[in-house]
Amino acid sequence: MSAPGGELRSASLAMVSTAESQGLGGVVSAAESQGPAGVVSAAEVAATVTDPELPMVTLAELGILREVRQTGDGVEVTITPTYSGCPAMEAIRADLLRALRRAGYENAGVRTQLAPAWTTDWISAEGRAKLAAAGISPPGPAPRRAAGPVPLRLGAREEPIACPRCGERQTERLAAFGATACRELRRCPACREPFEHVKEI
Amino acid sequence: MSFDDAYQALTDHDDDARWAYGTGFADPLAGVPTTLPEGVDGADLAAYCLMIADDALILSHRLQQWVTRAPELEDEMAIANIALDLLGQARLLLTRAGEAEGAGRDEDDLAYLREAADFRHVRLAEVRDDDFGHLIARLLVFATWRLALLDRLSASRDPVLSAIAAKGVKEVTYHREYAAGWTVRLGDGTPLSRQRMQAGLDAVWPLIDELFEPHPIEQRLTGVAVDPASLRPEFDAVLAQVLAAATLDAPAPGSATRDAPASGSATRDAPVSGTATHEEAALGKTPGRDGRHGGELAEILSEMQGLARATPGGVW
Repeated sequence: MSAPGGELRSASLAMVSTAESQGLGGVVSAAESQGPAGVVSAAEVAATVTDPELPMVTLAELGILREVRQTGDGVEVTITPTYSGCPAMEAIRADLLRALRRAGYENAGVRTQLAPAWTTDWISAEGRAKLAAAGISPPGPAPRRAAGPVPLRLGAREEPIACPRCGERQTERLAAFGATACRELRRCPACREPFEHVKEI
Repeated sequence: MSFDDAYQALTDHDDDARWAYGTGFADPLAGVPTTLPEGVDGADLAAYCLMIADDALILSHRLQQWVTRAPELEDEMAIANIALDLLGQARLLLTRAGEAEGAGRDEDDLAYLREAADFRHVRLAEVRDDDFGHLIARLLVFATWRLALLDRLSASRDPVLSAIAAKGVKEVTYHREYAAGWTVRLGDGTPLSRQRMQAGLDAVWPLIDELFEPHPIEQRLTGVAVDPASLRPEFDAVLAQVLAAATLDAPAPGSATRDAPASGSATRDAPVSGTATHEEAALGKTPGRDGRHGGELAEILSEMQGLARATPGGVW
């Protein structure tokens, strides 16, 4: 750990506005959830934890962190998994608990909430901007469908996906599955660079 | 905990947990209410969860066997990703099965410590792939069927099953799209790719009817389970759409090639290769759901369970 507690705390305070801008429904106010450290609320601490596979964005920005609640004698964090088999979920739980412990919240638990299922529509505007800055094209709107069977799409998709490097609007898909469950691999015909795109789900 | 680069993030930890994804798993349903819906028999719900968990678990294992063998790196990643999604679904469903059963078994007990006859997957999940065309045909059939199933299951009266299914719908939509895309490429490709894609379809065709045969447990779980017979129209429509685009023919009923196995299947055991009418009758209409499997399952289980049985409770 390179950041001692003091640094972590100030970094956390800087994230307060981010946590608020996520509109996390049940996030408690700093006053309500003051831990033994006295300054940083549990919600603020949880809002600083980054994704293990996409360390440029926080779990809050990805919409994985759903709620931070003060319970009788501790803190309960609620997360919604992205993909059923995502192996990062274990690391995410551990990272959240570790961050809370370091901030003085010894009695913290992480709860899984499966419904409603995670959707890329929950990735915040700030999260999308950070993904794009890192060269990962953020997802478009998640598919919506009318009642009835899920339609099968054969052939190329219609909505254009822009290149995160040069902004070229028409890019092509190389592979529907990438280095992690949530990304696909594409390439740009203009700048000739491959890039990753977060799949809409 | 905000980092300038990924390497800093990776080294910012005081333990080795992140270098060993895959050990010491926590309960994947941690914090999800475990109560059963009113009027639902726990044993029936457990048996039903096992059915759809085992479909995913066993096919996931078959898909994992393709890793390092796929024709291209992109397909290797696709197959591994699909296997991972199915494994995740299996973990959630096995955990739910253990809760409904109420005997204290967790996902690992159910995956690693059951005998072959206690597995409840359809035979389509366990058969060996002869080649990539066979794999794609099997994946097309499986994903089309499972997507229709999960879509309806997301309205289940069991809130846990409903949530697992709704999540799975998003994943299996991609699986079906992948298999359909390859079916079209191979079918509408060269004479050789077309021939091998058609051979794959012919090989999996005899295993399709089992997918839509209602089991007594499914019939008893009204409002909780899905009647598989109700999935057939959607399945037939999607297969027709894909085969038309691929310029392939649906094998005629009874035209199965199971008495002429392709290369690599010489050791395929009954019931998959069973051809005699009395053998079929003895198997019943839902052999997989009743725990009647071929020798191919023994091969899968010896690989999948060997380490867990050799070192009970072991983690690393």
